[in-house]
Amino acid sequence: MTGLTSGIVRQQQKAKMADSGDSSAVERNNSASETADERLKRIYSMVNEKETPLPRSWSPKDKYNFIGLSQNNLRVHYKGIGKNHKDAASVRATHPIPSSCGIYYFEVKIVSKGRDGYMGIGLSAQGVNMNRLPGWDKHSYGYHGDDGHSFCSSGTGQPYGPTFTTGDVVGCCVNLIDNTCFYTKNGHNLGIAFTDLPHNLYPTVGLQTPGEIVDANFGQQPFVYDIEDYMREWHQKTRVTIESFPVPDHKGEWQKTLQRMVSTYLVHHGYCSTAEAFAKSTGQSFTEELTSMKNRQRIQKLVLAGRMGEAIDTTQSLYPGLLERNPNLLFVLKCRQFVEMVNGTDSEVRGLSARSPKSRNSSGSSTGSEYRSSPSLSPSHHRMDTQRANGKIERTYVAGNKSPNPGELINTKSNPSTSANQDHVSVAEMNAVNSVTNGFSSNQVDVEMEVEEYSNSQMVCNGVSSRVNDGASTSYMNGCSHNQHREDLMETDDFDTDKDVQSQRRQLCGGSQAAIEKMLQFGRELQGMSVQLRRQYGKNEANKKVLQDAFSLLAYADPWNSPVGYQLDTVQREPICAALNSAILESHGLPRQPPLEKAVGHATECLKLMSKVGIGSCAFANIEDYLR
Amino acid sequence: MLMDTSDMICDTYPGEMVGREYMENLYGEDMDRVLHSVVKLKNAVIGNNKQKFHMMSLGVVARLLEFIQNERAAVGLRTESAIVLGSLAKGSQANVKRLVDSGVVPILLQCLNNSNLKFVEGCLRCLRSIFTSQAAPVELLYTDPGVVPHMLDIVSQSPTTQECVCSILAQCCKTSEHQGLLYSNGVIESLAPLLASKMYKVQMPALRVFCVITYMNQIVSSAVAAASVAERPLPDLLVELCLRDKSVEMQMSSAKCLTYMCRANALSSQDSKIVYKALPTLIRMCKKDRTLEERVEGAETLAYLIEVDLELQRIASYSDHLIPTLSEFLRYPSTQTTVMDLKRLDYDMKHSHELKAAALMAFASLGANDEDIRKKIIETENLMDHVVCGLSDPVVRVRLAAVRCLHSLSRSVQQLRTSFQDHAVWKPLMKLLQNADDDMLTVASSTLCNLLLEFSPSKEPMLESGAVDLLCDLTKRDDPALRLNGIWALMNMAFQVETKNMAFQAEQKVKSQILAALGTDQLFKLLSDPDVNVLMKTLGLLRNLLSNKPHIDHIMGMHGQQIMQAIVLILEGEHTIEVKEQTLCILANISDGTTAKDFIMANDDVLKKITNYMIHANVRLQIAATFCISNLVWNEEEGALERQMKLRDMGVQKLLQQLLSSSDTVLFDKVKTALQQFT
Repeated sequence: MTGLTSGIVRQQQKAKMADSGDSSAVERNNSASETADERLKRIYSMVNEKETPLPRSWSPKDKYNFIGLSQNNLRVHYKGIGKNHKDAASVRATHPIPSSCGIYYFEVKIVSKGRDGYMGIGLSAQGVNMNRLPGWDKHSYGYHGDDGHSFCSSGTGQPYGPTFTTGDVVGCCVNLIDNTCFYTKNGHNLGIAFTDLPHNLYPTVGLQTPGEIVDANFGQQPFVYDIEDYMREWHQKTRVTIESFPVPDHKGEWQKTLQRMVSTYLVHHGYCSTAEAFAKSTGQSFTEELTSMKNRQRIQKLVLAGRMGEAIDTTQSLYPGLLERNPNLLFVLKCRQFVEMVNGTDSEVRGLSARSPKSRNSSGSSTGSEYRSSPSLSPSHHRMDTQRANGKIERTYVAGNKSPNPGELINTKSNPSTSANQDHVSVAEMNAVNSVTNGFSSNQVDVEMEVEEYSNSQMVCNGVSSRVNDGASTSYMNGCSHNQHREDLMETDDFDTDKDVQSQRRQLCGGSQAAIEKMLQFGRELQGMSVQLRRQYGKNEANKKVLQDAFSLLAYADPWNSPVGYQLDTVQREPICAALNSAILESHGLPRQPPLEKAVGHATECLKLMSKVGIGSCAFANIEDYLR
Repeated sequence: MLMDTSDMICDTYPGEMVGREYMENLYGEDMDRVLHSVVKLKNAVIGNNKQKFHMMSLGVVARLLEFIQNERAAVGLRTESAIVLGSLAKGSQANVKRLVDSGVVPILLQCLNNSNLKFVEGCLRCLRSIFTSQAAPVELLYTDPGVVPHMLDIVSQSPTTQECVCSILAQCCKTSEHQGLLYSNGVIESLAPLLASKMYKVQMPALRVFCVITYMNQIVSSAVAAASVAERPLPDLLVELCLRDKSVEMQMSSAKCLTYMCRANALSSQDSKIVYKALPTLIRMCKKDRTLEERVEGAETLAYLIEVDLELQRIASYSDHLIPTLSEFLRYPSTQTTVMDLKRLDYDMKHSHELKAAALMAFASLGANDEDIRKKIIETENLMDHVVCGLSDPVVRVRLAAVRCLHSLSRSVQQLRTSFQDHAVWKPLMKLLQNADDDMLTVASSTLCNLLLEFSPSKEPMLESGAVDLLCDLTKRDDPALRLNGIWALMNMAFQVETKNMAFQAEQKVKSQILAALGTDQLFKLLSDPDVNVLMKTLGLLRNLLSNKPHIDHIMGMHGQQIMQAIVLILEGEHTIEVKEQTLCILANISDGTTAKDFIMANDDVLKKITNYMIHANVRLQIAATFCISNLVWNEEEGALERQMKLRDMGVQKLLQQLLSSSDTVLFDKVKTALQQFT
């Protein structure tokens, strides 16, 4: 049940994070310190400005010559003679309104009504005559200050709102979901003015008599009208539309489909206990055997713990022929193994650093489940050590793994902080004898459980968060790897150092000479393998690059701080882990990718497409809202 | 609900036998078995109205109450019993009534003192069901003065207590006494944190309580405005509940609460929470995409919010097409819909009245002060037709709303001359006045006042249809507002018409008719009316009657003695400047007559009084008195010389000369004119 409980705990955590995220958003709303870019990014969150830039100022090129611009092209003034309507002049914004805004809004403040106050505020398509006020021509729409009428592609206006003049702030809102437009005056909604609007309209203002001056606010300043409240409503509406979307649900098929999606996801990532419990409660069966799932999970844990050699061996023994059939995968795995050797984490080099508690532990373990215990120990216990050695709590770590752990607690209490290294010794030496005095080994079972959680959570990051680029998970990984480097150091220097452990630099292959030789030997084999692969299958640029990158690590005195040092980051294990997992599943005739992830991918692409073809609702259908 | 299923279940539980068994088990000795059968009973009645009715008929309630009241009984049994009662309280109205009649409420209220939370929750749930039903025995909550404080004490214990207590209080706060009681027991402090609850089902009833306690209550509203939750002002919290992604119900209730606080002067009508949140929210609630109930509630609350504030009326008038939106209310249900479903028709008819009344009320508020808005309303297509139709609507609420709307619109001089005339609004209005209750009469007669203004073309036809008698009747009512409207309308009616549309003879006729219908007795009775407004309008009527030389002489000829007596009485009495000024103006009018002058000249007492007022500290009274003298000494008229002589003897001319030093230009002109008359 470990998997299941930890899953739930994590869900709650996430929900909490979401909450705090929301409230901070509300706070940010009110803070005046928000920059223009931040505000625009927040209100038009789905707009990709690389593809469809937002209007941010009036265009000095797209205007009639009676129009003068100033103040970063935000202020517009009239400089013609203004005798009659033939002297009207307009200016468009630099860019059309992107559909992915969903709802777009800008405000214009009347700085001066000039002689007659013939200001027109509205929208027009590219190419519409600029010697006119907005609204008079086809694909042009406007609201005029002198009479308060609205002009919908026509020279005659309709009674619409009040007149406006010096000091008034007039806003124009385009709803790209139902293609309507309404205006506001001094923060009051005047109601729908236009319907069935075409797309790609530009914010436009027109002036007609001398002295008329207006300032635009395209979101650089807080708006007078509460447009975000209006957006909130559409956000909600879109959500309701999605949630109440009719699905064919004959005989509960829909529910079954959903359950299968959840189940396959769990199976894919090897959450055995959760998958089992879920299947039980929903009355489903899964296609893969539980043992197979556990095997995959075991392999994944090894990869994520950086123990590539063991991972490859295990794969070969559990899935004979798999890697032989995928020589490229095997090559990538081996390259990773090389990296891990440099890192000092791979079992091959670990074994050489004589008294590594892990190898000792795994070989001497009476349970015989060598693989289960070995990868699990490394992250958890060493973390404890470093934490205590550093004398401070690693926050990233705490955030990553919140589930309370009895083993951890007891451990902390029973061991004074300076005895970090002694722990290892006693585990090594008194493995079988002692269980009470040492807290450490007596918690073997708890440790086991904890690690399962740990690995699981890592895999969640792998499966979902990395897809949505969750910052939190990355930092968690980083924190983790960081710890590991240190602890590995400590292991190798187990007996001859104690005080200066922390001050030592990370060393190649954990600093062991034998390990370095082993690594070099392995590198030569890898080189040979590469040559052979090329001979057999022809050139492979990807393989070449992987090998080159891996070997490049040796060119630096301190690989961790080198330009290729990123490879040593534990995050880099994830894609390899996923690739291996997918390969195993594929060999069993199971999909490489779980349907749930596929669906998320489809939805993401669908939203991009919607934005491209101008379906405004995409602005309010944020997939992240639903993944939380 | 669930009628079909209940029938089905009844078949499987062929009633009588099983029911009797339950009863027998409930009276058993073995308490475990009793508990067991209570649980079974609970399962049997859930969602099954027939079964509920059946069990109640067997007297199960009394036995359950025994358990609940038994202090020595296991708390589990008591809890389960309360839950069963709660289940029985859900469902039909009749069931609730039977429970109330069985005395369930006081017992359960008593049980709230128990220390077991589950048991208390069970009781609260049942009470909530009872109090939120239509037959809620509201007063029972207040019988024991300890109940409300205790409920507020336990409110914070669990989400269930929060939800139930709030629901009960929201339903049971009906009067200002209730509001005061809740307030003095700290309802604001107890419930304010619940507005910030994460649970909708707690938040919503809590919000409802805040609505009911702030309604027309200045003290409570001010306290709510000053309250805060976790250092956040409560009004800000209300604004947050008004955000557009909240449920419609929540938006409506928070806007309502803000409205009530505004009308109770706890929030300024210029406060951004009112102008930018409550107002637009209510306007949005009137939109077509809302349900009929929501539209009605929105329009009614809106009408209340903007009723007395011109700026809010202006903003509302151009916000979000409010006027066309409201005018659609009047056309509901649209004639296109075919009458297929009788149930639907019934629903539509019921709501069509409510929609109409709500829209008319909103129009009344919108047009209360601003001529432009009135114009905009009246120019809305067919709107006047609907208002006029509304006057003779079978539903009282609609009639009242229509009169209010008409009254509001009748403040427009232009409309009186045009659209009111076009639509002959006076006809249904007169009809409405014939047999209306006081509320209706007050508004209707106010409207009538406006319609009887001098420039209103409706005046003549209304006279012909017996308006005078009707108004004279009003002056005899107990309600001062009605007396005022009656006399006011008569005053307007008697106002001198300079236009050509009423011949001189007709004018005379109207005045005589008024005097005849009112009777001098009633007139003089009104002159001693305790209500100063009534007195003022009566004087106004008198003044209007005493205009035009022939009329003055005619009327003075008939009632001179009494009128003079009344005038003296008022001049001698303790009255405001306005009243005295009005009285002096009447004297001035009398002195404009030919024969009527003698009533003053022959009365030295009155003359003395006039001269005294010429040197009064208040310049307005000086002006009126001087005007009176000026009329008396007018040298073109017969007998002017003698009058001048008499007044000169009284020292009036000297007095006038002294007044020439006055800095008041009006007075100076009047004095100068008067002096010029002396030869």
